[in-house]
Amino acid sequence: MHEMSIALCVLDFVEEEAARRSNAVVKAVHIKLGALSGVVKQALASAYDLAREGTNLANCELVIDELPIVVRCNVCGAECPAESIQNIRCSVCQSAEIDVVSGRELEVAALEIES
Amino acid sequence: MSGQTRLVEVRTKILKQNDVVARALRQEFQQAGVTVISLVSSPGTGKTAFLEVTLRSLRDRFRVAALVGDLATDNDACRLARAAVPIKQIITGTVCHLEAEMIHAALADWKLAELDFLFIENVGNLVCPASYDLGEDLRAVLFSVTEGEDKPLKYPTIFNTADIAIITKMDLAEAVEFNHDSARANIHAVRPGMQILEVSAKTGNGMNDWLELLNLRREQAIDSLEPVQI
Ligand SMILES: [Zn+2]
Repeated sequence: MHEMSIALCVLDFVEEEAARRSNAVVKAVHIKLGALSGVVKQALASAYDLAREGTNLANCELVIDELPIVVRCNVCGAECPAESIQNIRCSVCQSAEIDVVSGRELEVAALEIES
Repeated sequence: MSGQTRLVEVRTKILKQNDVVARALRQEFQQAGVTVISLVSSPGTGKTAFLEVTLRSLRDRFRVAALVGDLATDNDACRLARAAVPIKQIITGTVCHLEAEMIHAALADWKLAELDFLFIENVGNLVCPASYDLGEDLRAVLFSVTEGEDKPLKYPTIFNTADIAIITKMDLAEAVEFNHDSARANIHAVRPGMQILEVSAKTGNGMNDWLELLNLRREQAIDSLEPVQI
């Protein structure tokens, strides 16, 4: 599973950021996970718990914010959630003439730093 | 210590490092005039057979080569060597997908300018490769008639990140009562408008459409190149 690689990337990033901020204590890292990111929330949470054990970031929690697939419809103009991940079309007029505008996010959004 | 915390916004892609390398690769491929195609599928889809026929069909007219991602236990590269074109194996060990840095490292001693087409066969896996840009021009997702028409519904993300879907082992379609319409509907449910090819590497059926598409891609890539300033 690639969730372990992803978890390690997150920890590396947090460590760098902490170092850049004169070794700030990071209590939590918030990430955004789009439904089309290719990463499974539960698998990432488990991988993260395993990866942080015994490191400087053992107490740094992972907060995962899941984002839905949002499409822009080229027929009715609506910007709306897709019907579902298995049915990516406009939920207003059912057209498949759409562009995915979000749902691919795989990013660190914020850090909770002890002050 | 009060234990108070403040929230600091950082907004950074988790795979930023991979994206940076992939972008550099894409630029390098463009400058060298090589068209790069990646293939993803589950194990057992017939991806290696499909690639072997592709390489054999192209090698007389074009300079072709392939990178093959294998887990430590497989050896698709060995099979592909029969196509008599440059092949390099990338052993991923326990890692279930290729990353841009692996491609970069594998290409270190190859002269890209001496190639027209480079194929990248990803590790057999329909989940993990979805998140990793490899700098390719075209990503093809393959599944065989023996895997069932609902494959796209089980792996919507990889179908959504790929550019074209290729249904393989069409020679077995009748025997397994493969339903074309439902397979196509499922692909289009997860990726509206996706181009679909139906092929058999065994009989060669449908392979011409694939080769034509590759040709077209290559011509478009050449046309889009800015005139070189001397
Ligand atoms: Zn609509």
